Amino acid sequence: MTAQSETLALDKPRSPRRPAARRSNFELYSWVFMRISGLALVVLVLGHLFIMNILDGGVHRLNFAFVAGRWASPFWQFWDLAMLWLAQLHGGNGLRTIIDDYARRDSTRFWLKMLLYVSMVLILFVGTLVIFTFDPDIPAS
Amino acid sequence: MTATVSEGAHDTSQIPAPEGSVTITVKLLRFNPEQDSEPHWESYDVPALPTDRVLNLLFNIKNYVDGTLAFRRSCAHGICGSDAMQINGINRLACKVLVKDLLGKKDTAGKPPVVTVAPIKGLPTMKDLYVDMEPFFEAYRAVKPYLIAYGNEPTRERVQSQADRERFDDTTKCILCAACTSSCPVYWADGSYFGPAAIVNAHRFIFDSRDEGSEERLDILNDAEGVWRCRTTFNCTDACPRGIQVTKAIQEVKRALLFKRV
Ligand code: HEM
Ligand code: SF4
Ligand code: FES
Repeated sequence: MTAQSETLALDKPRSPRRPAARRSNFELYSWVFMRISGLALVVLVLGHLFIMNILDGGVHRLNFAFVAGRWASPFWQFWDLAMLWLAQLHGGNGLRTIIDDYARRDSTRFWLKMLLYVSMVLILFVGTLVIFTFDPDIPAS
Repeated sequence: MTATVSEGAHDTSQIPAPEGSVTITVKLLRFNPEQDSEPHWESYDVPALPTDRVLNLLFNIKNYVDGTLAFRRSCAHGICGSDAMQINGINRLACKVLVKDLLGKKDTAGKPPVVTVAPIKGLPTMKDLYVDMEPFFEAYRAVKPYLIAYGNEPTRERVQSQADRERFDDTTKCILCAACTSSCPVYWADGSYFGPAAIVNAHRFIFDSRDEGSEERLDILNDAEGVWRCRTTFNCTDACPRGIQVTKAIQEVKRALLFKRV
């Protein structure tokens, strides 16, 4: 760190070393989003866990028919879709913050974020696809 | 420079031991860039009065045991902000911590009580307790911590109501000791975060009714390394030797950005 700043020491003591502000509200909106999605996730995730694991014998009654029955209703489709998108974007944005914290080099930061964004897009795509194209009439082979 | 090997091997018998003093083991995290590749702990058994400050103990070690011990201090009265360090793992000013407040918490029978002293974290250690403060002041300067006013000089004093003065009263108390910024886990991980002290000093002017630079400063703090980096850990508020409600000040800046009003 010191070695680098020494080699870069130009004789311009008064010029600011920080890049000028970007005039973008991205960080503000993502901060607000973390709080709002967090609130929604309290209801969505806790409700989900309660239904899946506690209500009516909990996890032992889960099977293909149970899932098919739930996704026949647009309400549960919407619930699961909201949970998928909010948890993915919330968790993804949280991990973005953590990558910014801990990545030391620009290239590490870049590739970790690429990995994160690609995995987010993939999971959102596959999850959304399943919720909307789920076919309860697959023949039980 | 005889004993760098084992703990407690330092000859501290030259330190005057006034009546009523007790022996304390001061464990210092020492680092000499010309000899050491890494900081290491060294212990000194020193006599201390309950009314001594940790700064006195450091001076006794420097004056009677090892003159190479490096640390900053100027006023010795909690005003200049030079001597922030980790005392028993907590950021404090060495000139404001009394020995009696460090004693009696966990008395291990027979052994002298231990006080650990280490440099503040997150800023490069140059020698012993002496850190490079430049990154800290760079962030401070970047928030424009001075009155910005446009137009002609007013002919009369810039008047301000008591209520308007009250809004930034807390943040005027900062002495730029860096105890808050160097206690912040976000700052440890990401040194380009402005850090609590810079935000406190921006707050000082953002909420000053006589100042006209609030928008510029808010713009600067709205950026990726600005207030949104703060995760409300409250370490800064705990660390501040001036009792400034640092986290509250940061939240007020966030609120000003969120609702576009100061
Ligand atoms: C139970 C409901 C939840 C609430 C109320 C909630 C709330 C929050 C809030 C407010 C933050 C921002 C913290 C800050 O900026 O200081 C946050 C961060 C985060 N959340 Fe959640 N969250 C919830 C569920 C989840 C879930 C289900 C995931 C995983 C998919 C998740 C992953 C994360 C991550 C990775 C962070 C970043 C942590 C950090 O900044 O160090 N959260 N959460
Ligand atoms: S806010 Fe408090 S802890 Fe932070 S630099 Fe100012 S006086 Fe020191
Ligand atoms: S020496 Fe001035 S604040 Fe401690």
